[in-house]
Amino acid sequence: MNDMDLFPLYNSLRIAAASSVIVFFAGIFAAYKVAKMPRIVKGILDVILTLPMVLPPTVCGYFLLLLFGRRRPLGMFLEDLGIKLVMNWPGGIAAAVVVSFPLMYRTARGAFESFDRDLAWAGQTLGLSNTWIFWRVRMRTCRQGILAGIVLAFARALGEYGATSMLIGYTPGRTATVSTTVYQLWRTNDESGAFFWVMVNLAISAVVLLAVNLLEKRNRSTKWRLK
Amino acid sequence: MALEVDIEKQLGPFHLRAAFSCESGFTGILGASGSGKSMTLKCIAGIEKPDRGSIVLDGRVLFDSEKKINLPPQKRHVGYLFQHYALFPGMTVRQNIMCGLHDVKDRQEREAQADAMMDMLQIRDIASLRPEALSGGQAQRTALGRILVNKPDLLMLDEPFSALDTHLRLKLQAELKELLGGYGKGIIMVTHDRDEAYRMCDRLGIMDRGQMQAVKEKKEMFAEPETRAAALLTGCKNIAEARKTGEREVYVPAWNIHLKTRETVRDGLQAVGIRAHSFRPDEKDNAYPVQIIRETEEPFEWIGEFRFDGQAPDTAPVWWRYPKELRQKKPPKKLGVPPADVLLLYE
Repeated sequence: MNDMDLFPLYNSLRIAAASSVIVFFAGIFAAYKVAKMPRIVKGILDVILTLPMVLPPTVCGYFLLLLFGRRRPLGMFLEDLGIKLVMNWPGGIAAAVVVSFPLMYRTARGAFESFDRDLAWAGQTLGLSNTWIFWRVRMRTCRQGILAGIVLAFARALGEYGATSMLIGYTPGRTATVSTTVYQLWRTNDESGAFFWVMVNLAISAVVLLAVNLLEKRNRSTKWRLK
Repeated sequence: MALEVDIEKQLGPFHLRAAFSCESGFTGILGASGSGKSMTLKCIAGIEKPDRGSIVLDGRVLFDSEKKINLPPQKRHVGYLFQHYALFPGMTVRQNIMCGLHDVKDRQEREAQADAMMDMLQIRDIASLRPEALSGGQAQRTALGRILVNKPDLLMLDEPFSALDTHLRLKLQAELKELLGGYGKGIIMVTHDRDEAYRMCDRLGIMDRGQMQAVKEKKEMFAEPETRAAALLTGCKNIAEARKTGEREVYVPAWNIHLKTRETVRDGLQAVGIRAHSFRPDEKDNAYPVQIIRETEEPFEWIGEFRFDGQAPDTAPVWWRYPKELRQKKPPKKLGVPPADVLLLYE
């Protein structure tokens, strides 16, 4: 245990951090746009965007391989740009983004839907720009919901196993993440090693859930927003 | 200030049609909830887009469907006070008011203007409070301050008192009227409360199921509502179908009575209205035998529900309101209506 290599934790954290940044913007953008769509389009887009949440992660991994495989157009294009996803750690970001996106998207959409449109309209009639209103009023009003979403997405990205193992496999010191390490160590009868990483995982998950609960408790509404 | 509105908008089965103009001073739009009052204001503000028509403010075209002009709300310079005030959460009273001053580049100038506005509205002492800590009146003043520092060319108030406790309304109405008395631009206020409309406004328009009727002086609107909707919204309790029987006489089948009128009856008369306050036991004109069927005591008035002797059986009783000092031991056998109080309704 002394020469325990902490690479999986480092790798998991960088994958989760990078994917969270992407998911944060992509989720907010999608939620903002979908909330404005007509009802039918909204329903269809909602299904597509939420699908990765209910699909087995291995199925997501399969689709990712179809998309980014070395002999696929997009995979070849990215490889020409010097971006190798398959069997490389950045592929873990792609896997984490796909799997954690719905969590961010759905919580952000819920927050946006309960947003009082009068606030945005009041800003517009005062001559404030739409960008200013988005960041200073809408995001500020919805910040608890959005923070809860990003924390959940980060946690999901950190624990991603299925799509990750299909896309980047398990190479110690190169692509190993906390969750793939648990499986590898267990498979190779290293019970104490597996136990250590299980504990790491438990600790992170507990902290995350605590954070989400705290955020939700603080999510109070002001009486002048009540309709 | 001159505002010319002529717009149409279809929303599912609901058809909005508003054509009116207004000048400086208080113009009220009186209508039931869901009649399209707020939608009209939203169209003027640029929040909603009408299907057809035009909106011109002081010669500036805000919207014109034929010329394909549709200015965004930011460029219209129209102030909108929302029903629930729409103060930005997480910002203090001062920060909310500063939002209306984003055009002023100099920070010191901005703060000076915000302070002056808060002094005028007497909210300087709550400058550092956030919206959730404010009372209804304070929230209203803050929202108003945020709009006024922005110096809009037109001010629109959407049911400004409906979020407030009843006992506060009267006081705040008087204060707001005084405060905005010196405001040289036009003010449009939307309300469903006829007393509020009468107290606050100089002129009134009636909105009925999406149709805006002509704007009139408020006294004229109450004295001669001319349509059923206007009669109802100005508080007329008794409306019945009627037909013309003479130059100044009508017949009301439901009550089986003839009524003399002061105004000449035009062709196309549909109904007459009689306000509950218009009946008098000592009135000689239009006096008919009645039977009081129920009496209800109110704090300062009595309500008597009665039927005319010849009234058709399946019709609603007629309402009569009178001050307590006019109450006699025995209910009156006859009630009359001054001809000037018979409201002629044409739609």
